Amino acid sequence: MAEPHITPPRLTLRGITKIYPGCVANDAIDLNIEAAEIHALLGENGAGKSTLMKVIYGLVKPDHGELLWDGLPIDVRDPAHARKLGIGMVFQHFSLFETLTVTENIALALGEDAGDLPALAERIREVSEKYGMALNPDREVHSLSVGERQRVEIVRCLVQPIKLLILDEPTSVLTPQEVGTLFVTLRQLAEEGCSILFISHKLNEVRALCHRATILRSGRVSGECIPTEESSESLARMMVGDDTPISTDYPKVQGREPFLQVRGLTRLSEDPFGVDLQSISFDVQAGEILGIAGVAGNGQEELLGALSGEDEIENHDAIHFPHGAVGQLSPRQRRAAGMAFVPEERLGRGAVPDMSLKDNALLTGFLTGLVKRGLIAHGKTRDFAEQIIERYRVKTPGTETHAASLSGGNLQKFIIGREIMQQPKLLIAAHPTWGVDIGAATAIHKALIELRDQGAAILVVSEDIDELFQISDRIGALCHGRLSPIKATPQTSITEVGRWMAGDFGESMTPAETASA
Amino acid sequence: MIKLEPRGQHSKLMAWLSPVLAGVLTLVSGATLFALLGQDPIEALHTLLILPVADLYGVSELFVKAAPILLCAIGLSVVFKAKVWNIGAEGQLLMGGLIGSACALQLIDAEGGWVLPVVLLSGMFGGALWAALAAWLKTHFNANEILTTIMLNYIALNLLIWAVHGPLKDPEGFNFPESAMFSDSALLPTLIEGTRVHYGMLFALLALVAVWVLLSRSFLGFQIKVLGLDARAARLAGFREKRLTWIALLISGALAGLAGVGEVTGPLGQLVPQISPGYGYAAIIVAFLGRLHPVGILLAGLLMALIYMGGEMAQINLGLPIALTGLFQGMLLFYLLACDVLINFRIRIPALAKPVAETIAIQEETAR
Repeated sequence: MAEPHITPPRLTLRGITKIYPGCVANDAIDLNIEAAEIHALLGENGAGKSTLMKVIYGLVKPDHGELLWDGLPIDVRDPAHARKLGIGMVFQHFSLFETLTVTENIALALGEDAGDLPALAERIREVSEKYGMALNPDREVHSLSVGERQRVEIVRCLVQPIKLLILDEPTSVLTPQEVGTLFVTLRQLAEEGCSILFISHKLNEVRALCHRATILRSGRVSGECIPTEESSESLARMMVGDDTPISTDYPKVQGREPFLQVRGLTRLSEDPFGVDLQSISFDVQAGEILGIAGVAGNGQEELLGALSGEDEIENHDAIHFPHGAVGQLSPRQRRAAGMAFVPEERLGRGAVPDMSLKDNALLTGFLTGLVKRGLIAHGKTRDFAEQIIERYRVKTPGTETHAASLSGGNLQKFIIGREIMQQPKLLIAAHPTWGVDIGAATAIHKALIELRDQGAAILVVSEDIDELFQISDRIGALCHGRLSPIKATPQTSITEVGRWMAGDFGESMTPAETASA
Repeated sequence: MIKLEPRGQHSKLMAWLSPVLAGVLTLVSGATLFALLGQDPIEALHTLLILPVADLYGVSELFVKAAPILLCAIGLSVVFKAKVWNIGAEGQLLMGGLIGSACALQLIDAEGGWVLPVVLLSGMFGGALWAALAAWLKTHFNANEILTTIMLNYIALNLLIWAVHGPLKDPEGFNFPESAMFSDSALLPTLIEGTRVHYGMLFALLALVAVWVLLSRSFLGFQIKVLGLDARAARLAGFREKRLTWIALLISGALAGLAGVGEVTGPLGQLVPQISPGYGYAAIIVAFLGRLHPVGILLAGLLMALIYMGGEMAQINLGLPIALTGLFQGMLLFYLLACDVLINFRIRIPALAKPVAETIAIQEETAR
């Protein structure tokens, strides 16, 4: 499959197989990465991307198959060995110490190779300037934005000689503009001869950046291609197979009278590293989806906690339903007034891991006639759970299955189904398709649109800007606890929302004026 | 070498088998211990576990001992479900006995059917009051209930001792630290003629059923379970955490208080300094041994009562120290905690596993 080359590829994988109890994570995977190539590894959650890159980085030993490094068979013993070979890896979740400086963090990661700190700091400054990644080595990590933290991780790989850089979902934490900057850096690296393995499920980015792509599906290579020659649809087909429906465009609509009104919501975060909300104002209208974009950690948790009623706020008048202020009401009372809520954490907030789906249906469904005189109506509860499973195609053996044993996508379908089946007048959903496969994400989007068309007001908070453009009727962004202007989706662009995500709201309008407009 | 590897999910079978396994291991260790002490292990175990219930009177005494243990353990199963670690059933039991006795002594000249219910309710109030202190400290000051309930146990014990030496002492009791005998109206009737089995056992069975209904059928019980399993989900659903903590602790305290007042109005008939040989602590073991399930608790409670009786029997017949009771209780809990590892892990012995795999490979080779 690989084209003939005079020099051997930088990295060749032959028949890599890794079997975990009850699941084949990698099944005879072949992969070639050339020198100076940006190679995409595409696949859904659970397709085997993570396992494969852990094999390359020496974190996981394959059961079968071999690795060739510059044409020679090699056994990568551990990450330290991988780094010696010139393999660097940037994980999706950073492992940085908040209270240490950039230099100290990198020195810790390098171990004995770090040398003395001033020299290392100089090297960091050099590398970051060379690749256009502004970074002050003396700053403490807690004061850095998420994008800057990622730079720390990348620079950590670059201060040593590098031949292959592995990036796991690097763009999920970045604003669109930051993504652009990152791509410039990566292209520059590739031109200098470094190979890059870019792991992602975002098709547009892969098409914009990568020279070649290998697509994984359920542990196997399902296709190889040159991304620029493919459409996003054809790439998605290779990822999910032919049977799964893929999200399409949905018609945008105009909302009616406002259901949720937030006016001047100001809140000091209880978390010392949290974000304070500063006079947030917006409306969510009946029959529309309002999307709020933003990089995680810009006040989303604080806003959602205040809206759900889990956290107390001082100014009770800041949150209004049509019948009056609800700022002082408990989550239960807000539910009784028509609110439903889909939290970010599925296991451990949206669902109790060690309880059956039937019990988890009761968890928030108890207001819909499932409890009579203090006793649980077991039959009705089971029916309710069965209806959710059937309508939202939750793959599970039955209602007695524990929530913990469901896959992320299936559990999310169950949770969203549970909330929607209660026919809420207001649905608040946090990161509804985060970590969910394309099939489930499409099903979730359709369910949200259907609920919107029935006249419910829907607020979606998400980091996935493409998702927000797909389903929202109006859109805004959170940055440092402040809310950008809100515009109808067709009247804005990803570039503009990207600017909002970075805190540049423009001068023409204040958020409050826009909300009441 | 023995290795533990995760099962990936809970083993339901092991969850029920683990207490049985713990019981067997306790018996084996006990037998070994007897042998080392120069006793015939079979005879010693017979004395400990069979002889106490060899006749009908013995069986009836088993129920007398089991009643307070069961009442405490059932209450504990409710708080433990909420993951509120009430270690204070002993103190709550003592306060039930103390307040109940104070009430019974106030009503020593009163007659009528209302006296006993009032005394019993005052005992339950005493237990609930003691648990309420822990609930208040936990919900208002976030004070760890394990520490507060343990400390409250000592306060309760000293209050009780002060009361029998002081205000509640029988004026005609020749200065013995005992209260006067209660009037007949304040005594729990026996259930079976000629035995000491009293209404306490009936209360225990009723409590067993009530808690079973609470935890498996009622929405309140569901909320308590959710709070214990996943407090964040409980908050999201709008369950009131503090209120649930209060309710669970009050139920547990009231039932322990009932156990205490049941002792003083039942087998004892007066307040004495030793109303409990650690029933409240034994109940913790019983609650876990019974997997916080009513049926399991019933069986575990009877076993614990048997160990109490067996310890006394071994002291009388074999001249062994009474510490035997505590030793067996401790071993039982120790083995239970050890065996519970097997619910989430399985044992693998690589040294054994490898030869098997090789044997299969060789067999396959030869088959070809």
